[in-house]
Amino acid sequence: MNETSTNPLALVAELTHRCPLHCVYCSNPLELQARGTELSTEEWSRVFREAAAAGVLQADFTGGEPLTRPDIVELVRNARTAGLYVSLITSGMPMDETKLEALVQAGLDHFQLSFQGAREETANEISGTKSHPQKLRVLEWLKRHRIGLTLNFVIHRGNLDELEEMLAIVERSGAGCVEFASVQYYGWAFANREKLLPTRQQLDGCVEFMKKAEERLRGKTRVIFVVPDYYAKYPKPCVGGWGRKLMLITPSGDALPCHAAPVIPGLSFENVKNRSLREIWEHSAAFQKFRGEDWMQEPCKTCDRREQDFGGCRCQALLLAGDAAATDPVCSLAPLRPKVDAILAGINAVPAQSVVRPEWLYRPNPA
Amino acid sequence: MTPELQTRPRLAPGCRLNEKNQQPRTLLMPERALRLNGPSLEIVERCDGMHTVQQIISDLQKIYSKAEPKKVETDILGYLTLLQKERALDFEL
Repeated sequence: MNETSTNPLALVAELTHRCPLHCVYCSNPLELQARGTELSTEEWSRVFREAAAAGVLQADFTGGEPLTRPDIVELVRNARTAGLYVSLITSGMPMDETKLEALVQAGLDHFQLSFQGAREETANEISGTKSHPQKLRVLEWLKRHRIGLTLNFVIHRGNLDELEEMLAIVERSGAGCVEFASVQYYGWAFANREKLLPTRQQLDGCVEFMKKAEERLRGKTRVIFVVPDYYAKYPKPCVGGWGRKLMLITPSGDALPCHAAPVIPGLSFENVKNRSLREIWEHSAAFQKFRGEDWMQEPCKTCDRREQDFGGCRCQALLLAGDAAATDPVCSLAPLRPKVDAILAGINAVPAQSVVRPEWLYRPNPA
Repeated sequence: MTPELQTRPRLAPGCRLNEKNQQPRTLLMPERALRLNGPSLEIVERCDGMHTVQQIISDLQKIYSKAEPKKVETDILGYLTLLQKERALDFEL
């Protein structure tokens, strides 16, 4: 038996897996979907209409890089016309001023620009491409438009010494929000985990920094800090609870409760070409699988925090415990927490600054 | 900090009301949203960069004339402070 859900609030639209960047912590799956399998403009537009009808308020356009879709302006317009609030989560390339103008005209509400570092050499190394100067140009162009702006700095072992410089970029941009988002270990980030996890000392410095940053930016920019959950006491309430708030559509139209869900064996996903969004939300076995509490094991089953964090992340439970229904092993109450502590002990045995350049596994471009 | 009475609140970039025909009326913001009921909707609809805080207070004191005027003022200032904390408002002169 499952808790009857109300309706989804957010639609994450992975418009494509193509991307000019090759970030070593990309959240896309290791198996990327090819261009030939992508949904058409009309199929996406139908998804937006169905989403709005199902009660979704916001559409987050992401990828890969959503700007690689030649129909991106039309998709923004159609999502907006359907009644959705539209965010573009982007690296800022490929784009010129004319394209930005067209996106704003089409009704784009919010522009979220990702940064791989504050210094060009760091950004180049992490993204495996030269993209940093373009991002700084995009920030200048954005000043001519009245549109929501969030800067997203993905932070980890290799760039935590650049926080002050990142903050300077934020202050110059006038952004309403900045996210300092610690890498989460799925997909490509899981493959590169040992090179990305910060040391305890780095994390302590980072926490101090966030307090000061909040103080300095108060009234101007909201500061959001996403902690590296391997160091947390309790797990994150992943996707706000499985099948409770969010639906993600992959480039080829599979509907997932979370972007990493395909790592869980035995789950099969419905495709928006065959079923309506509402039917999928209400009846798809994948969405039902970890909805509510019936699937929980101890200690989650009787834990006071189960309505706060929903047992943490199912995909992380699978990756670390080998069982998607286990308590997220980053939880201090989880039977497998010692495994996470052992990983951290290994990480902290090596100083953060090393003369040896890491051997990254870069995310390629799909066919 | 309490908003000054002569400033004109305006929804910050990236913040807007959903359309009139969409129910429930909602304030949409980057990555989040706020459901609006009677008075909160009346307030947000007036955060257009034209009405001063003082005018919003006067308008709502008329609409909710059965309520204690001082209470209406306190509630409005409290709500505007909350929206400001959410980075949903700019206060223009």
